[in-house]
Amino acid sequence: MSLSSRHLLGLYGVPKDDIQLILDTATTFREVLERPIKKVPTLQGKTIVNLFYENSTRTRISFELAQKRLSADTINFTTSTSSTKKGETFKDTVRNIEAMKVDMIVVRHQSAGVPQFLTRITKANIINAGDGLHEHPTQALLDMYSIREKFGELKGLNVCIVGDIAHSRVAMSNIFGLKTMGANVSVCGPSTMIPMGIESLGVKVINNIDKAIAENDVLNVLRIQLERDAGRRIPSTREYHNYFGITSERIEKNNKNIVILHPGPINRGVELSSEVADGPYQIILDQVTNGVAIRMAVLYLLGTMVN
Amino acid sequence: MKIILKQVILFNPYQNLNEKNDLLIENGIIKKIGNISTDEFNSAKVFDFENKYCVPGLFDMHVHLREPGREDEETVETGSNAAAAGGFTGVACMPNTNPAIDSAEIVRYIKEKSSNHLVDVYPIGAATLDRKGEALSPMYELFEAGAVAFSDDGNAIKTAAILRHVMEYSKMFDAPIIEHCEDESLANGAMNEGLTSTILGLPAIPKIAEDLIVMRDIMMAEFTGARVHIAHISSKNSVELVRQAKKKNIKVTAEVTPHHFTLTEEALKNYDTNFKMSPPLRTREDVDAIIEGLKDGTIDCIASDHAPHSIEEKEMEFIFAPNGIIGLETQLGLALTELVHKKHLNFSQLIEKLSINPRKILNLPIPLIKENEKANLTIIDPDLIWTVDVSKFKSKSKNSPFDKRILKGKSLAVINKGKMFFEDKFFDIM
Ligand SMILES: [Zn+2]
Repeated sequence: MSLSSRHLLGLYGVPKDDIQLILDTATTFREVLERPIKKVPTLQGKTIVNLFYENSTRTRISFELAQKRLSADTINFTTSTSSTKKGETFKDTVRNIEAMKVDMIVVRHQSAGVPQFLTRITKANIINAGDGLHEHPTQALLDMYSIREKFGELKGLNVCIVGDIAHSRVAMSNIFGLKTMGANVSVCGPSTMIPMGIESLGVKVINNIDKAIAENDVLNVLRIQLERDAGRRIPSTREYHNYFGITSERIEKNNKNIVILHPGPINRGVELSSEVADGPYQIILDQVTNGVAIRMAVLYLLGTMVN
Repeated sequence: MKIILKQVILFNPYQNLNEKNDLLIENGIIKKIGNISTDEFNSAKVFDFENKYCVPGLFDMHVHLREPGREDEETVETGSNAAAAGGFTGVACMPNTNPAIDSAEIVRYIKEKSSNHLVDVYPIGAATLDRKGEALSPMYELFEAGAVAFSDDGNAIKTAAILRHVMEYSKMFDAPIIEHCEDESLANGAMNEGLTSTILGLPAIPKIAEDLIVMRDIMMAEFTGARVHIAHISSKNSVELVRQAKKKNIKVTAEVTPHHFTLTEEALKNYDTNFKMSPPLRTREDVDAIIEGLKDGTIDCIASDHAPHSIEEKEMEFIFAPNGIIGLETQLGLALTELVHKKHLNFSQLIEKLSINPRKILNLPIPLIKENEKANLTIIDPDLIWTVDVSKFKSKSKNSPFDKRILKGKSLAVINKGKMFFEDKFFDIM
């Protein structure tokens, strides 16, 4: 079995079999992570560049660890500002990196479409680690993996994504992936944070958090990113918490079987109360561990493909 | 020098002219239509344009020539060469140069640069100083130096207050105000807002950003009695707003670019920055409304919004790449292919929108195909099938989304100011 594409740019249009294969492969690697020696020689001799134009320690560390566990050689290229402002164009930077004979590029960038752009200007396998408001496929895959681990399968499950859907690549990748796997997907958030046309993707819009908790098996709660102009879409984080924050009272009143995911880092007292963030309904730390397994699976499947 | 265009179809809807005949041009002046003697045939350079159309020279009222300031992307000369190659004998160039066209000196500089070229170049003056939207530019002085219209193109005129004064002032010399209709506070995006932008994850601009300014400008034109011209109209509601305003006899005119009647936002799915423009490509519904607007006369003319950008600037991360595409050399082909051959417009309507109406809007004389008139002509083969090849473009820049596209219809030659462009060469016919 192998994937149908040599890049992972997003989950939009990715066939069910590919997602299934990644999730199943991750199960194998999840076992490796429980061993005393957590390393396999699978990608020995492969060179991978983590090209991060946006600061994200968590995602980068997770990828880096996955690469080390697979015995690949890793180079980190991290810059918080666009190099274009420093004179060198993105294209030149990438050409330079490619000249060092890299096999794969893991890229994060503030502009949507940069992973696609990379496929046109390099020969390396490209893995999207988050591009603009577009997609963050490995995050969605690890979310799906964590949900599957909890419920056994994704088909028929009711999953609601809560928060700033319009400015979340995590939300979009989850929507595309979960729909493909047969889950019923809804979104919940202030109406200023619901993107245009979302219903035509077969996604239900719920604007009441109690209803969202009551009707779903899983809530995937997004971080309210004030640094990404969420500040202009809601009056305050206090008001957001009052109307959309997940609290123990709300869970106990509506649905005690709910499972809560959060991609981290958490704004305590905003999208989740501290009690919920540490409480019995969440599987946040499982997500972190599963993230390494998912990234190992993706790196392995792409890195061992015959190009 | 004498030249003869043999057996062309002389076609000018402005004169109700549509006849096949020989045309004798001597020293740049139309000397004879028909009745040309054998002697004259023998002493002239004869071009066999049998059954090709000879129309009043085409005019593009919205181009960016980048001079002064970005001569690496385009100059008055290279832009004029591109115009001639595309079938145009006249263009009006936008003032968002560096410095902006906000002084008589720069108007004269551009006119001077183009004085020996076949193509007439008419500068459009900045409506406000440095296009900042704060103070009036010396509009009267610019007008006297040769500016034919006023615009802060690239942006809408900033506030209603300054727009009011710009419009009131423009009435003294009856120059139109050309508006790039986009509400700045809603326009921080890289494409049209909708399901496609949600899927592509690009920051988006809602259509209402355009509609709001179109509405503001129409109301201000009614209030002041001035003339407003809506540049590159792109949304369905804006077309309807212009239609209703015209019914009320408000002095509003409108143009559309070939890309806005040919392409939709779907073209962005590969994040090719050659499809990034302002206003952004819209949806099928908007394209249909635009074609309807062209048919019923709501949209007066077609203009390219020719916007040259260097390869380095366009080959960039999508959100950082500049807006705009070049269009002078594909405009006529696209208009014929998409509008005439698809039977939305007839050839006569097309010539009105590409030659006559833009000159009317700018108060410029309309070239006549008549004895003793200056020859200002474009020769068109509406059925010639050709493939766009940006590497052969006269423009200094290559940022076209239409490379490799097959088009039906092309300009064969242009004649103006005692010069001719034919088979890729300029030469004197004086
Ligand atoms: Zn414009």
